[in-house]
Amino acid sequence: MSSQQHPFVTDDSKVLTETRDARLAGQDDRFNSRLREAFGSTPFILTKFDKFMNWVRGSSMFMLQFGIACCSIEMMHTYAVKHDLDRFAAGVPRASPRQADVIIIPGTIVSKFAPRMKRVYDQMPEPKFVIGMGSCTISGGPFQEGYNVIKGAEEVIPIDIHIPGCPPRPEALVYGVAKLQERIANGESSPVVVKPYELEQFGDLERDEIVEQLAEDIDTDDLVMRYNWGDSP
Amino acid sequence: MSLEEQLPDTVEEGQSADELAELLGDLVIDREDHVNAPGFVIRPDTVQDALRRLRDDAGFDHLSCVTAQEYEDRYESIYHLKKYDDPTQEASVVVPADKEHPVSQSAEPVFRTADWHEREAYDLIGIDYDEHPDLRRILLPDTWQGHPLSMDYDQDRPQIVSLREHANPLQEDQRSDSDSDTMFLNIGPHHPATHGVLHVKATLDGEQVADVESDIGYLHRCEEQMCQTKTYRHQIMPYPDRWDYISAGLLNEWAYARAAEDLNDIEVPEYAQIIRTMGAELCRMAAHFLALGTFALDVYGDFTAIFMYAVRDREEVQNILEDLTGQRLMFNYFRLGGVVWDLPEPREEFFEMTRDYLDRLPEHLEEYHDLVTGNEILQMRTVDTGILPPEVAKSYGATGPVARGSGIDYDLRRDDPYGYYDELDWDVIVKDGCDNYSRLLVRMLEVEQSAKIVEQCIDLLEDWPEDERNIQSNVPRTLRPDDDKEIYRAVEGAKGELGIYMRADGTEKPARFKIRSPCFSNLQTLPEMSNGEYVPDMIAALGSLDIVLGEVDR
Repeated sequence: MSSQQHPFVTDDSKVLTETRDARLAGQDDRFNSRLREAFGSTPFILTKFDKFMNWVRGSSMFMLQFGIACCSIEMMHTYAVKHDLDRFAAGVPRASPRQADVIIIPGTIVSKFAPRMKRVYDQMPEPKFVIGMGSCTISGGPFQEGYNVIKGAEEVIPIDIHIPGCPPRPEALVYGVAKLQERIANGESSPVVVKPYELEQFGDLERDEIVEQLAEDIDTDDLVMRYNWGDSP
Repeated sequence: MSLEEQLPDTVEEGQSADELAELLGDLVIDREDHVNAPGFVIRPDTVQDALRRLRDDAGFDHLSCVTAQEYEDRYESIYHLKKYDDPTQEASVVVPADKEHPVSQSAEPVFRTADWHEREAYDLIGIDYDEHPDLRRILLPDTWQGHPLSMDYDQDRPQIVSLREHANPLQEDQRSDSDSDTMFLNIGPHHPATHGVLHVKATLDGEQVADVESDIGYLHRCEEQMCQTKTYRHQIMPYPDRWDYISAGLLNEWAYARAAEDLNDIEVPEYAQIIRTMGAELCRMAAHFLALGTFALDVYGDFTAIFMYAVRDREEVQNILEDLTGQRLMFNYFRLGGVVWDLPEPREEFFEMTRDYLDRLPEHLEEYHDLVTGNEILQMRTVDTGILPPEVAKSYGATGPVARGSGIDYDLRRDDPYGYYDELDWDVIVKDGCDNYSRLLVRMLEVEQSAKIVEQCIDLLEDWPEDERNIQSNVPRTLRPDDDKEIYRAVEGAKGELGIYMRADGTEKPARFKIRSPCFSNLQTLPEMSNGEYVPDMIAALGSLDIVLGEVDR
């Protein structure tokens, strides 16, 4: 390209040459990563497509902006300055479940919220991953004996990683996210199809006195669900 | 000012219990004596009459809390009344109701705040309130069977729920009849602007909000039941941390500590009171920073700048609190009769660290004022939107920065002193703009006052003689307050008046534990603030209320 034809454009071949020289000579090694060394001069990688996709999924996770209770405060701290989860490729939270890969469940699940959480989870595109943050998502935590508390988020949706603590420190959450990324990169994940609620016909329930009594109140043709808390650990 | 005009003439002196009984006349069928206030037992069909007399003729204009409970032989609702002018003047109106058919007259026509309080009582205890405009379940799902805090409730009984109840509320066409102009808008329970799991059902007329109804209970974690099954001495204390979880743990712990200490006649050493005061004010600062950050998030939709600044400040406060208590968020630091341990060694380092932070704070606050309160865009969004007139706020029992942003000069730290507050030099911030901006400004200015309190506490602690550092008084290992001793005590939490009602039954666990949550009352004002405003102003109003759902739902 001659400078006469394009008077305002510098001759970039000169710049490129200088940059290349600087890199080759080792003065500027910003781009000379170990990965580049391994590739040599070839622009191609030979790998399995599945493996590549897993690596991509683990390296770029879109989190769902999903706050429930106390743990969400520590989750916000993890997203924000100082801990900055973005450094670990698990970036800025998305407000819509349809754009998210990972849902962090930060808090106690109660009977009224469980169906809503299930719906949010269902709206996420697959493959999707779940991080259970805090004791409440493991077992109900300090509120386990409550009449209204679901004893662990796993009653409702499958959990890939449990992070214990009440609440877990941001460091613990970062560690959990890193562990999840490791698992995703290795192609592991919990099954997507799970036992959600016990969806049963009313007639399938064990016919005890209470059920008999309730049967009068509820239309027998109607489907019911039963929070199966008696059997939960 | 309008505040002073509406006050009746009789309030300049507090009335004695006998004078109040005389005022109520033949409505009183019996007298009780609670630790905090005289109790007047009235018939269940004279509730409105009694409350109206107490409000209009004796100046009890603040229905702080409604507690419902079940005894062996009766149901009972207690209306805890206070005065906004002087919250140390209290009265309890006790309304027994029949065991078989618990029906009691609603107080809603007298105090608007009774609306939600009575719905909660109906939901959890099962008392029917006659003449209540809208008696539905509030915390539990509509499909719930039984009233969980009543005596015959069996928790192991399965809850069987028809699937229709959980159908997608948006599935059906929400446009109503073709001649209607309104549209239904569903916000939450999973929505970034609702500060947790609040569900707001809004009816829109064009772009304006015609009606809004908050649907709560998505975080009802049975806190009251938890506390009723735990012992006074140690087991209850971890739970208050989880009511208002925005780092306001110590303020909540103080609510329980104050009520339990007064119930059991426990003295707290002065040194411990100073540590408590310092810790509590640090918590208030952290809580207000988050309120500021999320409010900016709501109004600007800006996740990067102000929110991050606010979190930066919170991190610093949390570091100090972590040094003090050993935890970042759930401190569990107070004990009945004091605090669990002394300041961390080396003390000089702790003082220096705290002072360092306080020295940097004015600069940070200036930054906030540049970014937030001085910003024209924010002013356009918040000034004169979300108006909450003082009379309405009082009727809804609003407290804390929400009340102080509406010109109500009410702060329990000064008006009903506890801890070390009355020895220190600080001011109550009151703004009479009644709008979103005032509420925001009150919080920001309160941070300054809190910093002032912390600074004075640090000075006191530094000079405290080494052999007088008494962090806990002598408290028996097991506490068994006398049977039928009742108390209602409140402290100024980050969001307002956080009160605890406890009734002892002679055992080491409370027979009834009721939490008066400031957010629960404050949230009720949302329709008043947002009806007729635009949708984004409704969101701003919600943000300026600074609710935390753990405390609303408990």
